[in-house]
Amino acid sequence: MSYECGVFHTRYRSDMGLRPKPAQRIRLALFAAAVLVFPFFASPYWLDLANQVAIATVGAIGLNILVGYTGQISLGQGAFMAVGAYAAGLLTLNLGLPWGVSIVLACFITAAVGTFFGLPSLRLKGLYLAIATLAAQEIVQWLMVHWTALTGGTEAIVLPSPRLFGIRLNSAFSFYWIAVLAAAGTALFTANLFRSRAGRAFVAVRDQDIAASVIGVDVFRTKLLAFATSSFFAGLAGALIAFYRSIVTWERFTLEVSIVYLAMIIVGGLGTVRGSLFGAALITLLPALITNAGRALQETAPAVATLLPYAQQGVFGLVIILFLIFEPKGLSKLWGNVKDYFHVWPFAYRRG
Amino acid sequence: MQQSRPILEITDISLRFGGVTALSRLGMEVRRGELLALIGPNGAGKTSVINCVSGLYRPQEGTIALVGGDGERHPLTRLPPHRIAALGVARTFQNIELFKHMTVLENLMLGRHVHMTGGVLSGGLYLGRQRRVEIEHRRRVEEIIDFMNLEPLRSREVGNLAYGNQRLVEMARALALEPSILLLDEPTAGMNAEEKESMARFILDVHEERGVTVVVVDHDIDVIMDISDRVVVLDFGRRIAQGTPDEVRRDPAVIDAYLGHARGKPHD
Repeated sequence: MSYECGVFHTRYRSDMGLRPKPAQRIRLALFAAAVLVFPFFASPYWLDLANQVAIATVGAIGLNILVGYTGQISLGQGAFMAVGAYAAGLLTLNLGLPWGVSIVLACFITAAVGTFFGLPSLRLKGLYLAIATLAAQEIVQWLMVHWTALTGGTEAIVLPSPRLFGIRLNSAFSFYWIAVLAAAGTALFTANLFRSRAGRAFVAVRDQDIAASVIGVDVFRTKLLAFATSSFFAGLAGALIAFYRSIVTWERFTLEVSIVYLAMIIVGGLGTVRGSLFGAALITLLPALITNAGRALQETAPAVATLLPYAQQGVFGLVIILFLIFEPKGLSKLWGNVKDYFHVWPFAYRRG
Repeated sequence: MQQSRPILEITDISLRFGGVTALSRLGMEVRRGELLALIGPNGAGKTSVINCVSGLYRPQEGTIALVGGDGERHPLTRLPPHRIAALGVARTFQNIELFKHMTVLENLMLGRHVHMTGGVLSGGLYLGRQRRVEIEHRRRVEEIIDFMNLEPLRSREVGNLAYGNQRLVEMARALALEPSILLLDEPTAGMNAEEKESMARFILDVHEERGVTVVVVDHDIDVIMDISDRVVVLDFGRRIAQGTPDEVRRDPAVIDAYLGHARGKPHD
């Protein structure tokens, strides 16, 4: 919180705002305008990618609440998203609930499941906890495939398209609004959470759990709350995927998904909302960009084009490694550097 | 200041780690409103006492009780640390345990955690009530920032602060809890004579202006002892002496503990 010259706050309320600087408010307004205008110009292909990014943002923020803000490493993101997807799908299919109600209930069900799998965090920290959440991933995945009576086993669940006032909502264009609304709501909720009492306790547990306990933070309860909040949003992401694709299958929620989401928040920036968005966008768009590059090269350099699908995994890994080495604080830090540069531009002096 | 009634009663506590006895049948009391120095050579068990009081260690025997202003006794020995904090026991650590990725302001706001209200839902929505709570407690935190002269550091990330400033922030965070008893674990460790004196000045201010009962742990018989009302000396997990600074300085057992044998003045 350091301000440009001339920005003074005389009330705590304005000083404690989410966007205390005018420049921040302008940037946010421009971004919001771009988001609102985008679907009217974009092709269905890019709209579909935008929807994927929005859903991934919800999931990445959810995971960031647990891993980035609270410091509890989780390999169970895929499992929690699966719970959300299956819960939403089955509630609509078996109980005939409207899609909106199913999504909300699915979030709470996932929060409960997440809390349950957070119980080992009473005793386990760091990598040991990561392995315990890996167990959550495996157990949920096993249940999806083998609890045939409930989940239909390896057969996919096919959902009716969600409708609002008779409009089909799972077209790329109409679902865009739902996905963006969900992502914006998740981002706002999280930003608010971490400027208030409960969120500060999450960060305190991450930074120094013993100090947190002696100033009155119930560490175990806080960890469980972090698991609940995080899986709530993982469940939301899963439920959105279910209705967007109108199909729920376990193959979408494997361990690989957990790892890809971890990659998003690491590349984007641990413990930041904007980093979750950046990471979700990069990791979602990167494979698409490589595929597009392959198509473009089909004519001119067919040999390279045939190699690109293999390169895709490699590039993905390379990006993560390069980020870990050169900018462990992720895209969010890079963005911060850019802002710092223009903060005093055109003068050369930089803040420390 | 009324100093007769106890605020903390430690009765015959023993603490063992495997075969190592850290405290053995230790008894001591802290009187309301006093500034008590708890001293002893390295390994005497001073930090163990603090850890037992704040709930990080659980003594195998004995009891620790906090006596409230209304005379009500709260046994602490079975409470988890966060419940003890809620009763008004605050502490600092020998190795400075701050939330180093947060700003000074956020660290102090965490100090007010037990006085604030609001869970995940109300925080995430940040509607009127939560905003009012945050602003009200921000005001209290600003008072402490003012008291500890931390204004220029308010929005700095704590991990980047100089060592001495980190000590002040940690003390400010403990003060934000509005403790009835404040336990400072070697607040002058790693400081030079000048810094020690300035820290002693802060401790006196906290004690006198805010009327907090203070227990200061120190392994030296110097600055801290000079400012305290009473001194308790530990060695090998037992209490070997207590009294005013002067009495303790003359006590042969204390001289023995520090110098091996009474050969001269303990310290000058």
